[in-house]
Amino acid sequence: MIEKYRAPLAFLVMALLLAIVGFGQSWSVALGIINLCIISAIMALGVNLQWGYAGLFNAGVMGFTALGGLTAVLISHQPIYEAWSGAGSGILLSGFILISAGFGIYFVHKKIEKIILKRTLIIFIIGITLIGLNIFYGPSVSIIESINPAKTGFLGGLGLPIIVSWLVAAFVAGFVAWIIGKITLGLRSDYLAIATLGISEIVIAILKHEDWLSRGVRNVTGLDRPVPYEIELQKTTWFIDLIASINTSKLQAAQILSDRQDILNKLVIDGSSIFVKLCYAGLFILVLLIIYFLSHLALQSPWGRMLRAIRDNEDAASAMGKNIVAKHLQVFVIGSAIIGIAGAMLTTLDGQFTPGSYQPLRFTFIIWVMVIVGGSGNNLGSIFGGFFIWFMWIEAEPLSIAFISLLTNGLDYNSPLRMHLIASAPHLRLFIMGSILLLALRFMPRGVIPEKVSKE
Amino acid sequence: MNKYFSSSNMTGGYGGVDILNDCGIEVNQGEISVVVGPNGAGKSTAMKAMLGMITLKSGDVILNGKDISGLTPEDRVAQGIAFVPQTMNIFSELTVKENLEMGAFLRNDNINKTIEDIYKLFPILKDKKNQLAGELSGGQRQQVAVGRALMTKPSVLMLDEPTAGVSPIVMDELFDRIIEIKNTGVAIIIVEQNAKQALSIADFGYVLVGGKNKFTGKGSELLNNPEVRKAFLGG
Amino acid sequence: MENFDILNALILLANFVIVPAISYGSQLAIAALGITIVYAVLRFSNFAHGDLMSFGTMTAILFTWLFQNLGITGGVLPTALIALPFAIIVTALLCLLIDKSVYRFYRKQKSHAVVFMIVSVGVMFILNATVRFIIGPNDRTFFDGEKFLIRALDFKASTGLEEGLTIKSTQLITVIVAIITMLLLFYFLQKTKMGKAMRAYSNNEDLALLSGINPDRVVMITWIIVGALGTIAGVLYGLDKSFKPFTYFQLLLPMFAAAIVGGIGNPIGAVVGGYIIAFSEIMLTYAYKKFFIYLLPEHLEPSGLMQFLSTDYKFAISFIILVIVLIIRPTGVFRGKTI
Ligand SMILES: Nc1ncnc2c1ncn2[C@@H]1O[C@H](COP(=O)(O)OP(=O)(O)O)[C@@H](O)[C@H]1O
Ligand SMILES: [Mg+2]
Repeated sequence: MIEKYRAPLAFLVMALLLAIVGFGQSWSVALGIINLCIISAIMALGVNLQWGYAGLFNAGVMGFTALGGLTAVLISHQPIYEAWSGAGSGILLSGFILISAGFGIYFVHKKIEKIILKRTLIIFIIGITLIGLNIFYGPSVSIIESINPAKTGFLGGLGLPIIVSWLVAAFVAGFVAWIIGKITLGLRSDYLAIATLGISEIVIAILKHEDWLSRGVRNVTGLDRPVPYEIELQKTTWFIDLIASINTSKLQAAQILSDRQDILNKLVIDGSSIFVKLCYAGLFILVLLIIYFLSHLALQSPWGRMLRAIRDNEDAASAMGKNIVAKHLQVFVIGSAIIGIAGAMLTTLDGQFTPGSYQPLRFTFIIWVMVIVGGSGNNLGSIFGGFFIWFMWIEAEPLSIAFISLLTNGLDYNSPLRMHLIASAPHLRLFIMGSILLLALRFMPRGVIPEKVSKE
Repeated sequence: MNKYFSSSNMTGGYGGVDILNDCGIEVNQGEISVVVGPNGAGKSTAMKAMLGMITLKSGDVILNGKDISGLTPEDRVAQGIAFVPQTMNIFSELTVKENLEMGAFLRNDNINKTIEDIYKLFPILKDKKNQLAGELSGGQRQQVAVGRALMTKPSVLMLDEPTAGVSPIVMDELFDRIIEIKNTGVAIIIVEQNAKQALSIADFGYVLVGGKNKFTGKGSELLNNPEVRKAFLGG
Repeated sequence: MENFDILNALILLANFVIVPAISYGSQLAIAALGITIVYAVLRFSNFAHGDLMSFGTMTAILFTWLFQNLGITGGVLPTALIALPFAIIVTALLCLLIDKSVYRFYRKQKSHAVVFMIVSVGVMFILNATVRFIIGPNDRTFFDGEKFLIRALDFKASTGLEEGLTIKSTQLITVIVAIITMLLLFYFLQKTKMGKAMRAYSNNEDLALLSGINPDRVVMITWIIVGALGTIAGVLYGLDKSFKPFTYFQLLLPMFAAAIVGGIGNPIGAVVGGYIIAFSEIMLTYAYKKFFIYLLPEHLEPSGLMQFLSTDYKFAISFIILVIVLIIRPTGVFRGKTI
């Protein structure tokens, strides 16, 4: 009986928590949390597809997120024509060489039987590629990175609306997932975890160091927005009127006209920030709903049932032979594509792309905590997990500091121990995350909103 | 009057349906009891139950007049019961000698004499003592398995299909060795697929069907029982 | 023949490739041994091993500070070597505590290996937080004592060569401690009753039970060994480079690569894998320009850096080696699975 009410109850509690922040701190803060909650929920849906449906351990969530972020830059940033005309052809040629080498190696690997010939050919291809890259790639990179390095120093993007990147990110992340999946799926399951962990580190390394592509650690800021800017709103008549009409009573209370104007100005500034966040929230919720319903349909479809059958009894299903690997590849690609979308959304929300900020604990393992705490295999559970764990992640820091302050109350205000403890308190959020994960695994292994066991 | 090592009224299984339905197997020191029956009859399960590897719903296991039903497998091993499982009965990545040493893990006295005894019983093991057990032939592996079990100097030896997958010549050889072991006073229970040959060396025999003792009796009696012959011994 | 300067070329290579790779390889080998032993006996991939190393190293640093304050130092040797045994004890105790409070439950349940792996992620979070909380996330060096065994300048002066060879004392310490550790470990596994029992348990758990091998004892000893290996590897790495918690997490990839390339579950494989990964990483990120300048006639001298990959991508190398081995020989160089 209680089972039926678990999901509504969980979401009710979540809404209450957010409302407390809204009333207690401010709605702007609450909306800020909510927007990241939604993005987290989408990432959790992607991981849930892979882990919950298929039992695949993807330890490279961070990499796919970052790929999504890169896509947002490459789609929305204005192209740097100078860089393109200076060295675009060199980069394109290098890309062409790399892709041909990839195909060449794949072809040799598949078609040539003789091991010695095969390996000689592969080494030969790698050698040619290296020489080719040496000729074209290195010089082109120097040229691109020398063009206005303080502002650009990279190739820029296509100058399209950033929202386009959300869709493209799915393809980019999916494509990379396809390559990794091709290599590692079908091997032992924990090798997938290690391989994805590795790929994500490599993706981040590339984004940090290939300045011509992503500006590296110098970051790309001021990205295009799909929603209005606060500054613009504050000057727009209809928006000011809107704020005024919402707050008529407050404004009327002010006696002097200039006071009224001050109050209105303040309200408009606050309102514009909330309005922008609401716009984002609207877009994000739309994406979340679409992905949720598609995942839900997939789960109910014969495809989803087959995946779960494979997950629950790999031995029995292995009678189907290669089919398992093919199914796993599909779900791995789709899940990673969803994570890529979330990555692009995140960069859109931030308005900047900062490769140095991608940390595995924050971008891979927290997502795992979300899926497991929410309930592996249950999409609603993942959404809840995304919301709840993100909320905890944000609130854990002030809570830890408050806790440590309370604990060290007896100590002298300037004692080194107290200073150290207070300064270290933020690290306790990792401790809280680990504890939540371990407690959930131990006492609620199926999560807050468990997977529905199909009656068959 | 119970025999030296006996089980009775064993009922239970692996958590689902009961595999054993009120079955019991007994053996005396210096005697061989043989358990035969169709595949899936529960023979291996009965062995595991007597060693305490599965939890039964009911049933008693008595060793030398003492009820050992409550003991863990390790404790039963310490009490002198040795078991050679049907599958995975050697440490394939350890050498032959290390297999024997592991068999004597619970002993704190000098085990060299016992190892020499086992080399005498199975001379081939002495030649191969430093080879990995997993690299040996089927018959040699079974000798390692039996040798490992004997390292505790057990008073009861339970063998689950020791001749599975070995050639007929090696099988005869193995049965001879088992009789030798019996003659030292060990109580032996053998589960066998080769019912005819096994019953011919048995002092006592059990035909297990559906987890029940369908027939029991002296080995020779069962061999001559027309019903048993027809159903299990191929006429 | 003026251009064919093989001696200088070799010294150059020794200085920048061979010596660093041997010492890094030794550190990786000890670290990978910890991973492989958890895998062989407890049957899961331990994502917390990097942070366990970081915890062990932190403990050693704290003891080092304590000893330094008490006026106890190692003289020419780093004080951390005196601290090491104490750190090992603390870390091993922590491992036992974690096993008792976390892993044991899943062992009794006979949970799937991937569940253990996720549980180890939880442990990783907690260890990571503990280390950051106690010592902070920043880079620390805790090396004291004599820094160099051979200095480049002295070497040049005494040999008259153009190239100098530097051998840091930490590199020699790494190699010596690593060799002692490996010898002790292999002696334990091959020659002692408990070591053999551990291998037996790893090979065939059910039969080990039937032989009276106490699984709790085996697990306990395993964690003590893993705690010791993790601390030793972490301290050696930290002495040689520096201690930074996040770096230790990042070592997870080369460590796992070493264990898998060697054949996961196989200790010899872990050692060999450690050196394979270390040599590949350093050889493929070294710029060979100068090396070739010594060897080739002037008109053939390379114009580029002659570098396969920039050092920024050293993690990619572990990954590439890993993938190649997985494709060509999925069981690793030495067939893996049990110890
Ligand atoms: N570990 C197990 N878990 C669940 N069922 C089992 C297990 N081992 C055997 N069984 C079932 O118990 C029954 C009896 O098996 P077993 O005792 O091995 O038969 P026998 O040895 O006579 O061939 C079979 O139906 C088999 O499927
Ligand atoms: Mg059987």
